[in-house]
Amino acid sequence: MILLLQYTLIFASVLLLVALGGCFSEHSGVINIGLEGIMVMGALGGALMMKFLPESTPAIGMILLVVLAATLFGLVYSLLLAVAAINFKADQTLVGTAMNLLGTAAATVFVKAMNTAESVDNVSSTIQYINAKKAFLVNLGGFEFNWFMLLALLALVGSYVSLYKTRFGLRLMACGEHPQAADSVGINVYKMRYAGVLISGVLGGLGGIVYITAGVSEWKFENGVAGFGFLALAVMIFGQWKPTRIALAALLFGFCRALGNVYSGFDFLKALNLPAAMYNMLPYIISLVVLAFTSKKSRAPKAEGIPYDKGQR
Amino acid sequence: MRREKTSLLRNDAFQTLLASLLCIVLGLLVGYIVLLLINPVGANAAIAAIVENFMTYSKSTAQLRYFGSTLVKTAPLLMCSLSVLFAYKVGLFNIGAAGQYVVGTGAALYCALGPKLPWFLCLLAAILAGAALGAISGVLKAYCNVNEVISCIMLNWISLYCVNMLLTNVKEETSPYTYTLASTNEGAILPSLGLGELFSKNQYVGLAIPLAIVTAILVWGLLEKTKLGYELKATGCNKFAAKYCGMRERKNLILTMAIAGGLAGMGAAMLFLSGFEQWQCTQSAVPAMGFNGIAAAFLGGLSPIGAIFSSYFIQHITNGGAYVDKTMYSSQISDLISAMIIYLCAFVFFCKIAMNRWLDRRDEKRKATGKGGDGK
Repeated sequence: MILLLQYTLIFASVLLLVALGGCFSEHSGVINIGLEGIMVMGALGGALMMKFLPESTPAIGMILLVVLAATLFGLVYSLLLAVAAINFKADQTLVGTAMNLLGTAAATVFVKAMNTAESVDNVSSTIQYINAKKAFLVNLGGFEFNWFMLLALLALVGSYVSLYKTRFGLRLMACGEHPQAADSVGINVYKMRYAGVLISGVLGGLGGIVYITAGVSEWKFENGVAGFGFLALAVMIFGQWKPTRIALAALLFGFCRALGNVYSGFDFLKALNLPAAMYNMLPYIISLVVLAFTSKKSRAPKAEGIPYDKGQR
Repeated sequence: MRREKTSLLRNDAFQTLLASLLCIVLGLLVGYIVLLLINPVGANAAIAAIVENFMTYSKSTAQLRYFGSTLVKTAPLLMCSLSVLFAYKVGLFNIGAAGQYVVGTGAALYCALGPKLPWFLCLLAAILAGAALGAISGVLKAYCNVNEVISCIMLNWISLYCVNMLLTNVKEETSPYTYTLASTNEGAILPSLGLGELFSKNQYVGLAIPLAIVTAILVWGLLEKTKLGYELKATGCNKFAAKYCGMRERKNLILTMAIAGGLAGMGAAMLFLSGFEQWQCTQSAVPAMGFNGIAAAFLGGLSPIGAIFSSYFIQHITNGGAYVDKTMYSSQISDLISAMIIYLCAFVFFCKIAMNRWLDRRDEKRKATGKGGDGK
C-alpha cells in the first residue's frame, strides 16, 4: 500500500512538472509536442551530473547541482523550439516531432560514445547512479520520501501564483489568447513566447531527471523516456490548461501508472489477471474519452500553434 | 496574355528541391560535426560509411543484396510518408502514422500467425486496421472537435499496448519475439515475383517495393487528378467554405484520416509480411517508422513522387549507420542525422518566403534601373 502511494506520488510529480511546463508554453501560444525530447535531455544532464560528482558531495549540494544540470539542459534544448517556432514561424508540430526524435538519438549517441571511450567493450547506452541517487531519498518509516516531490509541489504553487497573480503570467496568457491585442497594448509577444517555451524547457528537463530516478538506479537512454512526455501532454489537456486541475490529473494518471508497477501486490487486482499494459494504457484511454466529451468547449489557448506575425491583422 | 519568362529560381518545384538538398547537406554536416566531436580520427570514414551504405561492400553480389535490404525497409517508410503527406495536404497533421503502423503490424502478424491466413488477407487486415484507427481520429475531429494531433498521440500509445498484448498470443515461448513467418505460415509471406533473384537471392525483396511505388503514384493521381482529391483539399483549406459549397466536410475529414491510416497500416504489412523482422512484444516505445515517415514526407516537399526519393534517402542513411566503426561510434548517429533533417525541414517554408521576397526586390530594382532592359 505504501509502495503504491510512493509510486503514485513520484509519477505524479514527474507528470505535474512536465505538464506545467507544457502549460506555460501553450499559454504563451506555442504548442510543445517536444516535451518528450526535452525530458530526455534533462534526464541526460542530471544523470551526467550524478555520474561525475564525487560521492562525498553532501546531499544538499548533490540535489542542487543535479537539478541545475537537468534544468539547464532542458532550457538549452527548448531553445531549438523557441527559435524555430517564434523567429522562423515554423510548423510547431513538426519541430516538436523532430525534437523528440533528436533528443533520444542525441542522448544515445552521446552516452554510447562516452561509455565506449571509457572501455571499448561497453557499447550500452546506460548510465548508472546507484549511490548518487540516495541523496534524493529520505526514509520515513517505510515510505521513501523523494525531495523531488516537494519540488513538484513548489512548482505547482509557483506556477499558479505566477500565472494568475502576477503581471508576467497574465501577459503571458494574453499572448496565447490574442497576441495582436497583447501587442497593441505594448506587450512584446516574441519575448513572452520565448519565456513560455524556456520555462517549459526548465520544467520539462526537471521532469526528465525525476522520471529516471523514480524507482530505478540506472537508465538506458536508447529508450528515451518511454512516452512520459506524451502522457504529460495528456495530463495538461485533461487538466484543461489550469495548474490546479493539472495537479489532480497528474495524481490520477500517476496512480494508473503506479498500479501498473505494483498491481501484483494486491490480491484482488492480481485475481483480475490483467496484464500491466492495461494499466499503462488506462491514462491514454481516459484522456481520449474525456477529450471527446469536453473538446466542444475546450479551454485551450485560442492562438496556440499559430505563429505570430507582427504585420498580420 | 503573354506569359512572362520567369527565372528558374521562381519555380516552386525547383525551390522545394533546392531546400530539400540544403536540408540534407546541413543534416549531414551536423552529423559530421558530432562525429568529429566524439572522435576526430574516424569521422571521415564514419560519415562515408553512412552515405555509402551497401556500397561499402566490394563484391557486387553483396552490394545488390544489401541494396535489396535497404529497399525492403524503404517500402514501409514510403507508405508512412504517403500517409503523412496525404493528411497534410488535407490540412491534418497525421502524427498518428506511427500508431496506424503499429495496428497494421498487429493485424497482419496476428492474421498470419494466429488463424494462418494467406498473405493478401493479412495485407487487407492491416489496411483495414490502420484505416479504422485513422477513422477514429477523424470522427473525433469531425464530431467532437478533438485536435487530431492530440488524439493521434493518445492512440499511438493505446495501439502499442494493445498490439503488444495481442501479439503475445503468437510469440515464441522463450523470447519476446513473434514466431517467424517462414516457420509458421509460409503462405503469409508476400510473393517475391522473382525480384529476390534479381537482388542476388535476397528472399525478403518482393511485391512490397513495386506496390509501394504504385501506391505513391495512385496517391498523386488521387490528390491531383480526381474530384475526390479536389474536395478533400478544399476541405483542408477551409472547411466552412467547403461546407458552403455543398461538400460534406465531416465525411471528408473522416475519409482522409481513414485513407491515411490505411496507407500506414499497409506499410506495416509490407515490412512484417516480408519476414524481414519479427515484432518484439515487450516493446516500450512506438516504433520510429511512423515518425520517420513525417521526415520523409517533408523532405520530399510533400509530393508523393518526391516522397519516393526522400524515403529511400532516409532509409539509405539509416541503414548506413550500421556500418560505422562500432568501437568509436554508435549506429544511432544516423537517427540523429535524420532527426536533424526533419528539424531543418521546418525552416523550409520560411526560407521560401524569404527567397521570394528577395527575388521580388531584385526584380523591382532591375525594373527601376534598367528600363527597356529585361521585363517591359
